[in-house]
Amino acid sequence: MRIAVVKRAGTQLLLGAALMMAVRPAYAIPAFARKYGLPCSACHEAWPMLNNFGQTFKDNGYQLGNDRDAPIYQQPAYWPIMFRVSPTWHRESNDRVAVDKVPGNASSGLVESTVTASGFDVGGIDIVTAGTLSKNISFFVQPFIANSGAGLVQAWVRLDNVFKSRWLNFKMGKFELDEPISQERTLTLSNTGGIYYNYFFTPPGDNNFFTGIGNLQLGAEVSGHSDNDYTRYSAAVVSSNNGATGLQASQSYNLYTNFNQAFEVSGLGLQRIGVYSYVGQSPTFYQTNRGNPIHGTGMGDRGFYRVGAYGQWYLGKFDFETFYEHGHDNVFLGNAVPANQPSKLPPGAVGPSWNGGFVEAHYDYNPRLILIGKYELVQMSQQANPGIRANAGNLDTWTVGYRWYPIMNPRAGLAWVQEYSRIVNAGPPTLSGKDDIHNSYLMGFDFDF
Amino acid sequence: MRIKISLAGSAALFFLVSSLGAVAQQTRVGNLGGNAKHGKALYERYCIFCHGQYGDGTGESAPYLDPKPRDFTKATFKCRSTPSGSLPLDTDLYDTISRGVHASGMPSWQPLTREDRVDLVAYIKTFSPRFQEEKPVAGLVIPPEPATSPQSVARGAELFQSMNCWLCHGKEGRGNGPSASSLTDSKNYPITPFDFTSGTRFKCGQSDQGIFRDLMTGLDGTPMPSFADALKPEQAWDLAHYIDALRTGAVKPSQAQAEPKPEPKPN
Repeated sequence: MRIAVVKRAGTQLLLGAALMMAVRPAYAIPAFARKYGLPCSACHEAWPMLNNFGQTFKDNGYQLGNDRDAPIYQQPAYWPIMFRVSPTWHRESNDRVAVDKVPGNASSGLVESTVTASGFDVGGIDIVTAGTLSKNISFFVQPFIANSGAGLVQAWVRLDNVFKSRWLNFKMGKFELDEPISQERTLTLSNTGGIYYNYFFTPPGDNNFFTGIGNLQLGAEVSGHSDNDYTRYSAAVVSSNNGATGLQASQSYNLYTNFNQAFEVSGLGLQRIGVYSYVGQSPTFYQTNRGNPIHGTGMGDRGFYRVGAYGQWYLGKFDFETFYEHGHDNVFLGNAVPANQPSKLPPGAVGPSWNGGFVEAHYDYNPRLILIGKYELVQMSQQANPGIRANAGNLDTWTVGYRWYPIMNPRAGLAWVQEYSRIVNAGPPTLSGKDDIHNSYLMGFDFDF
Repeated sequence: MRIKISLAGSAALFFLVSSLGAVAQQTRVGNLGGNAKHGKALYERYCIFCHGQYGDGTGESAPYLDPKPRDFTKATFKCRSTPSGSLPLDTDLYDTISRGVHASGMPSWQPLTREDRVDLVAYIKTFSPRFQEEKPVAGLVIPPEPATSPQSVARGAELFQSMNCWLCHGKEGRGNGPSASSLTDSKNYPITPFDFTSGTRFKCGQSDQGIFRDLMTGLDGTPMPSFADALKPEQAWDLAHYIDALRTGAVKPSQAQAEPKPEPKPN
């Protein structure tokens, strides 16, 4: 019993850490608005979420294609830099936290309790410099400063329109995968509602190095698109180190591909459908030195994949994003067993599989006000170990909120945000055997300049 | 009483449907009718910061843009298929929105749906009463283009000189003619003649047909006049071929006629 509680606490810590890492403020880039004199709303349905014009601009290598893109056309004083900060007040509540019956007395036994914390907060500062080094050479550098330290979120350079073709662009560095729905540009900020869980999902007991397509990855990407961006593709080869800078843990590389096609529906607007896949291998053991793994020597690679389909549907002022994912990990990854020790696999062990998806709806009242609703779930279809509870790992979460933009101009943007989010997580059993429930409420400002 | 209400309602409905039909017919590109109300919402999202709330080209970003955003209240448009001074066709405005205006702050809005672009045309037309009072005359019919040849380009080079194009565009087509520094547009902003040798795409499209059209209709609001009365179609094609040769580098500026020596001043 005590081991289970300790495991649960560990899992919660991991989940919390993953959330802390994952919930970076996403970005809009007023540096581009300043460069071109366009307002946020030109590129963003509501910043930071891109509309098709903004996506085209991004896919063109942050170029409008009006022969004014190269830095030579800018005033020498122009420096393409922006920052984004989100000062908020938020309240986090967890309904089933194991606490000592007598506070401070470890031997008094554990009981379940609701733990609530609230306060003013500033998650961190996003700094972005991006643009063009020359015509058809673009770049992006994004350090991130948080209370816990600083890090490099993205850094890449891209050759655009290679051979004068929009169908061939080449990017290298650390970047966001061409995700079906951009995690970096999600409209929600709260601790529980600010991420797409499907993008970061790992089954219980799994030790796959890769934790999801939501992580920014190190690699190289080839991409292309039609003039109006209705047809898009991308293919990226990425290191199997889950985005951590430095050389990868093993010798294998992973492959991410994405293809989508948009079409017009009279009276409704632009619709888009797409498919994607992430196929890779992850090491299951390492060469060691006195028992300690040596970085870069990962071996016993075993495969995994994530595949899915998605759509963006516009119905006048309403739009919906739908996303589906099927995931599968090799049995050794799913059971955290080295591939050279198959006898350690538990009886009946199999590769874990799961399905997940979300629907996110927006009502675009006008360029300054957007209402947001999101529902997401992940359901395990096959546990790696028959001893694991069938629904362990399942997630069920929803978020509602709005963003109001009192300031939106070609220089800066300011949003007032309110969100409420709730997640039900069938993780390792709680003391009562019921699902974990987290509630999150957030209100505050989100601004960039 | 019920009959009266019903009749009044029917009349109102008839009026509403009729007027909606009339509005829908006011702007048409192909099989798409423009919806100015929806166009307004799009304008406020995409266009207002340059072209301004009232379409007069005085948006927040306007002071920092060169060339300045178009003033829709004047209904004067560079890129048209109609004669100089006439209103543009709906398709002209649609094409400009779709293509953008190169070497300016106006990007291509092709990522917007076709319906959205037609709706924008419908709304842009509400800024000037001219669109209510006048009808655009028929657009220019561009005759079949003869094949480009060295002879055609050479004839065009001669026309470039004899039609005094060089006064603004320079003898070598570099946009540095003797009049270049003093040119202004219709709002008195300084304007630079196009440098054909820069490789930059033309503002209103870079096909030979586009050049032919610009020569015959002029670029209203700029010093570039229409040559419809001065050039025969075959001459306009020759000139278009020469300009395109300058743009693509098929004719090197050094091969173009040298700048003439200034005339001796009279005693």
